[in-house]
Amino acid sequence: MAVLQFREAIKHAIDEEMSRDERVFVMGEEVAEYNGAYKVTEGLLDKYGYKRVIDTPISELGFAGLGVGAAMNGLRPIVEFMTFNFAVLAADQIINHATKVKYMTGGQADCPVVFRGPNASAGQLGATHSVAYDSMYAQFPGLKVIYVSEPNDAKGLMKSAIRDDNPVLFMESEQMYGLKGEVSDEQDFIIPIGKGKIKREGSDVTLVAHGKMYHIAVKAAEELAKEGIECEIIDPRTVKPLDVELILNSVKKTNRCIVVDEAHPFAGFAAEVGFLIQREAFDYLDAPVLRVTLPDVNAPFSKSLFDLWLPGPKQIIDAVKQVTYK
Amino acid sequence: MAKKAKSDISFAPTGMQSPEKGGVQKGVDLPPATKKKHKSLGLSNDQVADMYAQMYLQRRFEERAMQQYQKGKFGGFLHLYIGQEAVSTGTVFALQNDDDIITAYRDHGWGLCRGITPKSGMAELFGKATGCSKGKGGSMHFANVKEHFWGGYGIVGGHIPIASGLAFANKYQANGRISTCFFGDGAVDQGALHETLNLAQLWKLPAIFVVENNGYSMGTAAKRHTVAEIVDRAKGYGMKSAVINGMDVFSVYEKMKEIADDVREHSEPWFVEIRTYRYRGHSMSDPQKYRTKEELEEYQSIDPIERLKAYILKEGIRSEADLKAVEDGIEQEVLDAVTFADESPFPEDSELYEDMFVEENPYFHV
Ligand SMILES: Cc1ncc(C[n+]2csc(CCOP(=O)(O)OP(=O)(O)O)c2C)c(N)n1
Ligand SMILES: [Mg+2]
Repeated sequence: MAVLQFREAIKHAIDEEMSRDERVFVMGEEVAEYNGAYKVTEGLLDKYGYKRVIDTPISELGFAGLGVGAAMNGLRPIVEFMTFNFAVLAADQIINHATKVKYMTGGQADCPVVFRGPNASAGQLGATHSVAYDSMYAQFPGLKVIYVSEPNDAKGLMKSAIRDDNPVLFMESEQMYGLKGEVSDEQDFIIPIGKGKIKREGSDVTLVAHGKMYHIAVKAAEELAKEGIECEIIDPRTVKPLDVELILNSVKKTNRCIVVDEAHPFAGFAAEVGFLIQREAFDYLDAPVLRVTLPDVNAPFSKSLFDLWLPGPKQIIDAVKQVTYK
Repeated sequence: MAKKAKSDISFAPTGMQSPEKGGVQKGVDLPPATKKKHKSLGLSNDQVADMYAQMYLQRRFEERAMQQYQKGKFGGFLHLYIGQEAVSTGTVFALQNDDDIITAYRDHGWGLCRGITPKSGMAELFGKATGCSKGKGGSMHFANVKEHFWGGYGIVGGHIPIASGLAFANKYQANGRISTCFFGDGAVDQGALHETLNLAQLWKLPAIFVVENNGYSMGTAAKRHTVAEIVDRAKGYGMKSAVINGMDVFSVYEKMKEIADDVREHSEPWFVEIRTYRYRGHSMSDPQKYRTKEELEEYQSIDPIERLKAYILKEGIRSEADLKAVEDGIEQEVLDAVTFADESPFPEDSELYEDMFVEENPYFHV
């Protein structure tokens, strides 16, 4: 085990896959000479040269589509968005093209592209820079959506994403890049897409939380443990395909569930998980499934409003107390 | 095409590192400044003095804002306009007060010369209820819609089509107003610009699209992110165009006035490249390895504020003592703004749900 920062874990995965497969290349704004806006690609230009680590203009639609075309034509692009907030400009290529080209051509063309970058809010960056997009993309058939919370998961799942023959969205967070964690140094360490993980065992209530919200859930669980309430935390790691079994098994044990999600409430990840639990584990529930999400409003700049807007441990604790009738 | 050796292949132009890798690319080449004196440009002594005060205010406001940021008084991004003040100032003096202005996130200077007071600007940076956008927008979203400053926008290129909409509405309502849109060299690479230029030319919209080419898009020199001369984009659309020296406020004023008059008369758009330079990093955390100290110093030696000051003194428009009094007044105004921002309250919690919809009690999904 080596202790790596989140950003280093992602870089190691990219590095290993680039040295393993000549078809893998990286492109995006400031990824090469500047070494990455958030230093995820630091050193890759020096190691792999200008052919495989490429600075793009601010042309998200253009270079995302270029990635789709290059993937169709035999390469394995890793397209970095400075954040997924800017990938909105490339949504046509992701939603209308990457996800549909194989189907529309009756299977003639594959699209093994990875779109990666930070997702959701990162402090006071205002309304246009703070949206969580994982639920939205998970809506569309033909995409795999990953939003990880810890360095080890980042490494193992990034390697899987690069090797996957389908378009994969890989989401990170500006606020997690400096986070340190133990990362497997096993040769060719891979975590399969679609496998969640029980990250804390507990018998009283299940918390489902991924991405940045996982860490909020951990804080809440630590507080609750002091009061004798033991939370089981499931990090699905992959939003789609979703590890439904893992969640259901936990809920069948704890009989209660809170879904913590960084998206807005309407038709998001939390709604989906809640639905699946009621369909598959209705008889096991001792309380309604609750969710902790962003409110149905845009991100405010002001620190006081922002703190109110972003879900925190307090909301999780309140929800847990509600379902445990404490 | 002959097959290349695989190792010879490269894509993006190189060049912010060692000389073997192409050397450091220079930001921009300035066109000559106007030789005209203020009287022949139609500017009175008082107007010239006002221009100076306006530029000095923008500079000191941002220098103080930077200090407050470093003290931890507020968070988020802080993109400073320092070095580019002649662009906003020359333009605002050239336009009529009800002409539209819309810009990107590097927007403090624009706000200050379009009616945002230092107090409401500083309070916005601090995220306070007394800010120009009630603390909800922050540095990137200064706005004063009442005075037709439609605000700063954070998605690169996102506001360019909006500018065409402002111009469309002006033409539709035949109100005699024109719309101006400012964006960085980096935004030139966005599809939004190209779709908008075509629409604007096709529909003869009264708009001026202005690239503030400050040499860099974040850490990428303009020559590394975009082909040919930016201004030449206009040719492909049959659009009128100009290149302006943005380090000289008279040059900006002279040309922007001519252009504004032409747009008002003919209702036809222009594409303008104003070359300028940003002295500070892109935002607050930027090691600036992509440019040389010498290059920065070269531009600082032709600083637009110092240049105008020298002109004012040489022409005897104001004395050294007069200017000192103006500067001291501005300094105090900015310090008062900092105190005001610091002491202002944060927005009420209920503000979180305000301004989402026009209804008084709108639906929010829970
Ligand atoms: C669509 C989009 N992509 C990327 C970014 C991140 N970003 C913010 S500013 C910037 C550079 C823009 O440079 P330029 O247009 O030259 O303006 P300047 O900062 O020089 O004023 C980038 C890449 C963004 N805000 N929006
Ligand atoms: Mg620029």
